[in-house]
Amino acid sequence: MQKLDTNQDIDTPEGISISLSPVGPIVRAQAWMIDNLIFFGAMTLVGTITSLFGSFGMGIYYIALFFLYWFYPVCFEVLFNGSTPGKKAMNIRVLHIDGTPVGWAASINRNLLRTVDFLPLFYAVGFISMLLNNRFQRLGDIVAGTMVVYNPNQIVLPEIAEATAVAPPYPLVAEEQRAILNFAERLDNLSSERSDELASLTGPLVQESNSPGQQLLGIANWINGRRT
Amino acid sequence: MRQEQFVSQHSEAWHQLSEWLRLNSLNAKDRQISIQVNKLHWHQDFDFPSTYRQVCQHLALARSRQYSQPLLDKIGNLVLAGHQQFYRPKTNLKEKFFALLLVKLPQTIRQEWILMAISSVLFMGSLITTLIAIQINPDLTYSIVDAGNVAEMEQMYRPDSHARASDTREADSDVLMFGFYIMNNTSIGLRTFASGLLFGIGSIMILLFNGLTIGTVAGHLTQLGYIETFWGFVSGHSAMELIAIIISGAAGLKLSAALLRPGQRSRLRALKENARIALIMMYGATAMFFIAAFIEAFWSPRTFIPVNIKYTVGILLWVLVIAYFCLCGRGKVLDET
Repeated sequence: MQKLDTNQDIDTPEGISISLSPVGPIVRAQAWMIDNLIFFGAMTLVGTITSLFGSFGMGIYYIALFFLYWFYPVCFEVLFNGSTPGKKAMNIRVLHIDGTPVGWAASINRNLLRTVDFLPLFYAVGFISMLLNNRFQRLGDIVAGTMVVYNPNQIVLPEIAEATAVAPPYPLVAEEQRAILNFAERLDNLSSERSDELASLTGPLVQESNSPGQQLLGIANWINGRRT
Repeated sequence: MRQEQFVSQHSEAWHQLSEWLRLNSLNAKDRQISIQVNKLHWHQDFDFPSTYRQVCQHLALARSRQYSQPLLDKIGNLVLAGHQQFYRPKTNLKEKFFALLLVKLPQTIRQEWILMAISSVLFMGSLITTLIAIQINPDLTYSIVDAGNVAEMEQMYRPDSHARASDTREADSDVLMFGFYIMNNTSIGLRTFASGLLFGIGSIMILLFNGLTIGTVAGHLTQLGYIETFWGFVSGHSAMELIAIIISGAAGLKLSAALLRPGQRSRLRALKENARIALIMMYGATAMFFIAAFIEAFWSPRTFIPVNIKYTVGILLWVLVIAYFCLCGRGKVLDET
């Protein structure tokens, strides 16, 4: 089947597959910008404090610069569930491509190779690599075997509104039942005109009703086993 | 089974799992607060693995029964969160550190001896060649290094100068130089490695450039006769720093080898496997850059130490480092984790 979305299905040892949604270049660039602002903010702060201590402070400043530059992303990614502050703000995280949390080796590799992705200017190499790749991986991600994915949204289960159960005039196959239940779950978000319009597409099921939407909701209740 | 029945039958297990995962991600103090505020039960003996597998089975069931998408997403997210927790990398850092130091690192360097040799020839070869060439033709200096920089170097190492090698220099500026060496030298090493991904061209360029520059400066100062100030200064940290550069270059070449001659593997797979090996080499190189920076900042500038002792220490370090890489961890087998 041809895929329409960019989701990546990952088979787990439990014999099921989970679906992850890779993050494209724009959102990642935004996360990077936030991280950069934090980096420069932190360096300005460290610089202001260390400048009080003459050349001793200057030495400390260089050491801080080195560690922040190379290891700020690594420490956050490994210790805070794959998210630097910028990634956290954009609600995204780094994972191994098998869906497991990113470890030290992979994180260090992907962040060291950032140097190459940045070439020749502003992640041109990384950008091209992302476009050529169905997981939006930059070169560092490819080498380290990682990808950046969206954190899943909180999901509230929709309730099918209570209504008097109506038996369908003839037996429905599973797919038809599925479609009617989905319609009933979405009913809250539809105007009554729209719901009637959609419901009347079912033809014979709602032919004799003057409110096809409500009629279909009744059938949904019946399918769901709320028969009295 | 109807979806509603299914949900009401299992929602308790889902709730327990998601609460456990949420509380587990908090630190001990926040967890206590959260438990008290929400009047929750923190089950110390909550059977996470079996509940997780149970929910995995629920997901499979829900899919095959074609329950509605929001429900599938909800269970799917729960499984994903559980998966993240279940397959969290568990590493004993202390054990890993010693395994790396005593066995893995020297073994890897020996195993990659061909790349180490290529990197050595590129770097030390260009260094020594220019060093000797300048003894024969001193003017060569100015065609490699900018005249301004040469004058600066001369100033720094003039036997009667106190610009660099001074006992009167305050301890403060030792720390300054320490920080500078760490930032500058280690970053060069890391870039040498990373730019290996450009089919090795980046690594080779950096190796040659550094070899030529260092060789020129050393050759020029030797030719001027600033033997004790220059060689006395560099001898202490030379082993650590030069070998660290060679290792960085070899690690970069290891990346390029995956692209240029992947052998029976796909390039992607070769890249992943080689990167893992190269990373081990880079752990070693980074540590050596740090040690070199420490020596260069706190030992090398001390002029009250007789120059013969400095030479001896320098040579001793070369012998030690080479012996470490040649002999350490021979015949030991680590179980791969």
